[in-house]
Amino acid sequence: MARAFSIRRQRGFTAIAMTCFFALYLPIAVLVFYSFNAGESLAAFEGISLRWFAQAFENQQVIDASIRSLQIASVAAIVATIAATMAALATTRTEPYRGLTLKYAFINQPLMIPEIVTAVALLIFFARIKIWTGYSGLGYLIAAHTAFCIPFAYLPIRARLENMDLTLEKAAADLYATPWNAFRYVTLPLLWPGILAGFMLAFVISLDDVVITEFVKSAGQDTLPTYMLGQIRRTITPEMNAISTLFLLLSVCVVTVFFIVNRKRV
Amino acid sequence: MTGVAGTIEAEKSRDIRKRWLLSLPALLIILIAATGPLLIVLVYSFLTPGPYGDVQWLPSPDGWISVVMEKDIFDGTFSLADAHVSIFIRSVVLSLATTVLTLLVGFPTAYFIATRPEKTRELWLFLITIPFWTNLLIRTFAILEIIRNEGLINGLMLKFGLISKPVQMLFTDGAILTGMAYVYLPLMVLPLYASMEKLDFRLVEAGYDLYATPFKVLRKIIIPLVKPGVVAGSILVFIPALGAYVTPSILGGGKNLMLGNLIELQFGQGRNWPLGSALSITLMLIVMVALLVYVRNAGSQGSRHG
Repeated sequence: MARAFSIRRQRGFTAIAMTCFFALYLPIAVLVFYSFNAGESLAAFEGISLRWFAQAFENQQVIDASIRSLQIASVAAIVATIAATMAALATTRTEPYRGLTLKYAFINQPLMIPEIVTAVALLIFFARIKIWTGYSGLGYLIAAHTAFCIPFAYLPIRARLENMDLTLEKAAADLYATPWNAFRYVTLPLLWPGILAGFMLAFVISLDDVVITEFVKSAGQDTLPTYMLGQIRRTITPEMNAISTLFLLLSVCVVTVFFIVNRKRV
Repeated sequence: MTGVAGTIEAEKSRDIRKRWLLSLPALLIILIAATGPLLIVLVYSFLTPGPYGDVQWLPSPDGWISVVMEKDIFDGTFSLADAHVSIFIRSVVLSLATTVLTLLVGFPTAYFIATRPEKTRELWLFLITIPFWTNLLIRTFAILEIIRNEGLINGLMLKFGLISKPVQMLFTDGAILTGMAYVYLPLMVLPLYASMEKLDFRLVEAGYDLYATPFKVLRKIIIPLVKPGVVAGSILVFIPALGAYVTPSILGGGKNLMLGNLIELQFGQGRNWPLGSALSITLMLIVMVALLVYVRNAGSQGSRHG
């Protein structure tokens, strides 16, 4: 019975870890399983069917909300990634200069403030602007999403920059490359995996957001998560499970790509 | 006589100017759509509520007073606002409980991952990362489906005759705690893993050589060494838990409010924007204090090792 003694072993830890992984995935598995339920009920499984997926695809509200979510996430993630890349170039590989710490604090600020507080602040601020300008389009949501996406895009880009070899750029400069050419042909290709990772993080974060969107959106501007929140508070049918399953699938795909891109780091 | 030193100085200041220009878009976007509006919240907390929401531009301390006090409508005396105080206490207690629970489960899990062979470690880590990046709303919904009256737990217990009618689990503080522990668990495991990965097992070996028991090794060697991870994980769980809005509003229902829901209420049905603003600032201050504690702790840790 005696197991070989290992200095790494702590009694019971493996059991707790296994329970943890089980508990982490069981609810998700149940959710996905019931999205294939042929019956109306969430209590009894009445056979496999795709009817709820079909219903979700025919639900105009779901389609509109999904398209809106993707629009906002694409624009916000692209703008946030560009701004974050520039900011990362400006805040790495230098001796400390005045205002550098302030920049760090500022860029990471959206991570420190509770989301509900930012949501309330934006509600107040944008309500004023709406009255002044009369504009009530998607611009507010895109601006808000861009702002909270920047720190997420910034982190992997900065990490990549800090681990980068400076000598290659010096070599380019020695060979009379203009600063722009050195950036375009040396820095950018090396930085690319970081930029891609930053973009994907920003995209997922924007896609998942509930709280800020819920407060900032005008009437008829539901994104997929705020539409789902509204539905969960009313009546739940397996259609919600079907939508969640598709949403999960998208997230898992993005995370997998993110993991692979990040692993290739030399 | 400027000479070489002068040129280097000029070069340096040009570089810094370029760096400010480069970071300008990011700073501006955050200023306009995240940080700047916080100042407006501060201003609003000192104004008078408007009849249909929004504010009237009359200075008033009432917003702040009603954070913890209640004005009697007849004689104008103040008493403690029991409802608000109990929500404050519930928020802090539930967030602390979430932190402790995730730590108790997360510590062994992170240790387990950190002690796997290099090859499989990545897979286990990936399994923690997936829930981390999947929608919080969906994960809360998944918990809702498990614990509601027609859910999996009640369904199974009814089937096996353990109970005769469903046990009410949804819309309780326990439901909020379960849900928050579930959604924030990856936030605890990831920083814990990051510090355990660097753990020097020669120290553990030395402990055993000196006849320490496994528990003593855990308490006297492993835990002190990974303390930065414990602190980071606790902060990462405590802060979002304190400001949680989605999870308590779905699992707690209308009666078991937390701070986030109380704030939302003031901007919705409550129509008391100054009170909502004052509550938001209060929440932010509590978070700032927690962060300061973390920074001081991390600072002293860093200097001790480095």
